[in-house]
Amino acid sequence: MRFRTQSSPHVIPAHSVGGVMQQVLMALVPGTLAMTWFFGWGVLVNVLLGVLFAVAFEAAMVAARKRPVMATLADNSAIVTGWLFALAIPPLAPFWVTLIGIAFAIIVAKHLYGGLGYNPFNPAMVGYVVVLVSFPREMALWPAPSTLPESPLTLLQTLQTVLTGSLPGAQAWDAVTRATPLDAMREGLVSGRTVGEITASPLFGSFTETGWEWVGNFFLLGGLYLLFRRIIHWHIPVAVILGVAIPAGFFWLLDPDSFASPAFHVFSGAVIIGAFFIATDPVSASTTPLGRILYGAGIGVLIFVIRTWGGYPDAVAFAVLLMNMVAPTLDHLTRPRIFGRTRGGPPSGDGRA
Amino acid sequence: MQLHRFHGGLKLADETDASTAEPVLVMGVPAKLTVPLGQHIGEATEACVQVGDHVTKGQRIGQSKGYIAAHVHAPTSGKVVDIDLYPVPHPSGLDAPCVVIEPDGHDDWGDARMEPWLDWDTRDLRALRQRLRAGGIVGLGGAAFPTAVKLNPRAGQRIHTLVVNGAECEPYISADDMLLRTAPEAVFEGIRITARLLGVERVLFAVEDNMPEAMRSLTETLPPELRDLIELVSVPSIYPTGGERQLIKVLTGQEVPSGGLPADLGMVCHNPGTFKAICDTVIQGRPLLSRIVTVTGPGVKHPRNVEALLGTPFADVIEAAGGYAEGVDRLVMGGPMMGFAVHDDSIPVIKATNCLLATRPQDTPDPGPVMPCIRCAECAAVCPAQLLPQQLYWQAKAKDFDAIQDYGLFDCIECGCCAYVCPSNIPLVQYYRYAKNEIWAREKERHKSDIARERYEFRQERIEREEREKAERLAKKKAALKNKEADGDKQAAIQAALERAQKKKAARAEESAKGSDQAPGSETTREETSTTNDTRDRDDR
Repeated sequence: MRFRTQSSPHVIPAHSVGGVMQQVLMALVPGTLAMTWFFGWGVLVNVLLGVLFAVAFEAAMVAARKRPVMATLADNSAIVTGWLFALAIPPLAPFWVTLIGIAFAIIVAKHLYGGLGYNPFNPAMVGYVVVLVSFPREMALWPAPSTLPESPLTLLQTLQTVLTGSLPGAQAWDAVTRATPLDAMREGLVSGRTVGEITASPLFGSFTETGWEWVGNFFLLGGLYLLFRRIIHWHIPVAVILGVAIPAGFFWLLDPDSFASPAFHVFSGAVIIGAFFIATDPVSASTTPLGRILYGAGIGVLIFVIRTWGGYPDAVAFAVLLMNMVAPTLDHLTRPRIFGRTRGGPPSGDGRA
Repeated sequence: MQLHRFHGGLKLADETDASTAEPVLVMGVPAKLTVPLGQHIGEATEACVQVGDHVTKGQRIGQSKGYIAAHVHAPTSGKVVDIDLYPVPHPSGLDAPCVVIEPDGHDDWGDARMEPWLDWDTRDLRALRQRLRAGGIVGLGGAAFPTAVKLNPRAGQRIHTLVVNGAECEPYISADDMLLRTAPEAVFEGIRITARLLGVERVLFAVEDNMPEAMRSLTETLPPELRDLIELVSVPSIYPTGGERQLIKVLTGQEVPSGGLPADLGMVCHNPGTFKAICDTVIQGRPLLSRIVTVTGPGVKHPRNVEALLGTPFADVIEAAGGYAEGVDRLVMGGPMMGFAVHDDSIPVIKATNCLLATRPQDTPDPGPVMPCIRCAECAAVCPAQLLPQQLYWQAKAKDFDAIQDYGLFDCIECGCCAYVCPSNIPLVQYYRYAKNEIWAREKERHKSDIARERYEFRQERIEREEREKAERLAKKKAALKNKEADGDKQAAIQAALERAQKKKAARAEESAKGSDQAPGSETTREETSTTNDTRDRDDR
């Protein structure tokens, strides 16, 4: 009798790339819903647009590169990129911001480097940084959290805003949008107020702005799920959070009037989602255990430095991209000790080769 | 006993229940035996019988040439009908030399059987070792390393610990489990012989914690006088605990040095089946003629263990387990993690055949296309050798053979953990095998060209030297001639010498004319030849 010959292992594969990405998407759901609850329909509209554009560009690029389109789309990586990008931009940003950002992410950052697995930089963050530096006005359109008295936009109004780029009726942008807590903190400190005075504003809850805290908690929930399912390892998220919290805590203890608390830093902006979902992107991160700790810590420290002394309030994207550059070197320098060898490389024990 | 953990590894489902339900079935003699001449790791074995010969059971039919080699014996009596290339179980799928025997049905030992040695413990150690060599014993755990070599440590190397590797960590395989349940006495006897040979102080007998019956049987039959020597240890069943390096780490916390052997730590590791074979050869005088094979998987009707003669076709062995189940499409020799799929079931059982695993498409579905590596590093998390499999993969792909060795390619034990967890379905182990083969081939080439270059350089040097010497001689002669010309007084002396020489010449001519052409013993220059042969038969030490 003849048989088919295939290489070992002869077992049902434990994972697939598509499956791993699917888990990531599932873990994004609670945070995304919380964000929608607090910041309106725009979040969902953006996610939908982001995923749609990402899949379309991915398919086009894969076809242009003459690779199997359906098999590649099944890895779900384009959906993750589209989704993460959509969460990063303001919910009321016009659709063309998403279009341009995603185009950059998928075409330039991903496929011009060789597609999934070959991109040195996190595609979603590349796309985000491109629109952040190109369209500062549109990138400031964060609605006020729903817990504040302003009436939130309906789904239809949101759609209209996103598709046309202008608010329906005679509403003014000022009426529906608010500075994010990071912006508020930054502006406040620049204009000479103390941290205490800034956080006394009705915008703020216990750690950071109302709404943002809860969004952070729900992304944390998804992140813990990924940890639990062993889709990600603890090294990067823990290192990112400690990398932000430790320097923030140090300066806060030194001068609590001029520096925000570590809890504010961790729970405002994109630190939680960045630590669990963006910095852990395996393709562009470091891969060794020690390398991951250094990589995460580098991101954390850079987030604090850029926020505190840099030009942009939300620093996660820049911190991730900067550390992406270092990842290959980190991998090289932090190779683990091989079984039966000393750390330097030669065999352990009596040194026999 | 304090156990240790090795890095990585996998917790795999235990699939041995089906094959351990029934006792080991001793298979009869098949219609034809195809006995491969090479059934071990090491140097080739040559046929020492001819087509048409009648062979008796236990007669040597394959003679090992090198040190790291094992003889091959006729599993039963019969006629040698062919010696030629036949398909054998090997990942390459290439044919190899085999002796085909048509059994005569008498199963007759003739005088091939070695005399039983019930008094082995008074025998000379060298004789014992030679008997193990004569028995053609190799490690029966699947790697088939010649056993006599392992029992002959280098000079100055003291072996203090014998490790019995009863950690059958691959799912499905239960050959050792069944052996330990049914014949623990023979295993203990083999251990006793080995312990004497090596002069060990202790024996660590490791059995996986998912083999409780085997453990019970061992505990019950452990002879009281061996209690001080043998320590039975239950080890967690984490794949690949059965790798000797991993097992030694689990038992002692020590790591076998990279590129070294357990002997460097004063340890030797053997599989229980090997001890049974040692016992059979020494005490009964029976060389290695058969082995226990686990026939299992969803692709066979009645999974079980069978004892099959070496050379029995796989198809017969499967038949003994009730035949194939509906829709079987893959047959693997070895376990699901490290075994290789064979293309044909007419190939024979060899000393390394510990398991035949038959599966259907739904048990081992096609994993789909190979996707790009997403650098998730799960492979590194499970690698028991603490390597970075993903980096090795990139380097193998780039054919960067220096870098890949620097990253520890040769520390890879090919356990397959990395390939198992890879979400991109990359056949990682294949890449490492490819790189290893490529490096070996290159080294061979380099060695060859080194020898050629040395030869050429030697020849060049010799020619130059001869020319130089010739020139020197000539110069000397010239100088001498000049001196003589200058010295007039010496003319007479020269004349006298010439005359003397002429006389001598005449005398010699006369002598040779007489027919005695026995040349006077001229100085023969013996050219120094350096042999690079450094293979020593350590048995003869």
